Amino acid sequence: VAKVEEYSLPSYFDRRESPLPDIRFVKHLTPEQQSLKAKEKGSWVALSNEEKVELYRISFNQSFAEMNKGSSEWKSVLGGILFFMGFTGFVVLWQKHFMYGEIPHTFSEDWIARQSQRMLDMRINPVEGFSSKWDYDKKEWKK
Amino acid sequence: MSGALAKPVMRGMLAKRLRFHLIAAFSLAIGIAATFKFAVAEPRKKAYAEFYKKYDVAKEFEAMREAGVFVSARPTGK
Repeated sequence: VAKVEEYSLPSYFDRRESPLPDIRFVKHLTPEQQSLKAKEKGSWVALSNEEKVELYRISFNQSFAEMNKGSSEWKSVLGGILFFMGFTGFVVLWQKHFMYGEIPHTFSEDWIARQSQRMLDMRINPVEGFSSKWDYDKKEWKK
Repeated sequence: MSGALAKPVMRGMLAKRLRFHLIAAFSLAIGIAATFKFAVAEPRKKAYAEFYKKYDVAKEFEAMREAGVFVSARPTGK
């Protein structure tokens, strides 16, 4: 007969969306806990507050308040994200210096100047865009 | 009980959440749409209307022709 692995049996879990797990938290009760469980079979009024809390802790690991509590983990996550973004900046700098070749000749100042003049001649975006910012009478950019 | 806690909310949680988020969603959607309309769409429509009020297409064509951007209408040679 194959050995029953523990992970194949019902397990305990603290989850907000499913409040009652399949099994009790404490699997093997000590003699005190067993006697407490026997006392639980009687009238609950006889139980003291500490005993009620003890019974709760036998059945559950964390209370809802404990399991829903936030942590400061987001600070580490945000810090890590920003750090590696900064590191990427260095990578890009290295690439520009050591890896990439020349940029195309169409980015030279002279070319851009002649290109812009041709765009103005063609009246590119005359309403709200490029050519609308040029004063055709004074032949200069509008202030 | 040493200090009895208040009875927690047992019902109506989805309804409460839905009411809040529905109002918020509609307000935000309508608000953003209105803002865009009055900050972007209306000024743009006005800009186009203004532009075409004073637009003389023949004059613009001659100016563009002299600048040399057309292939079939070369500048009036000097």
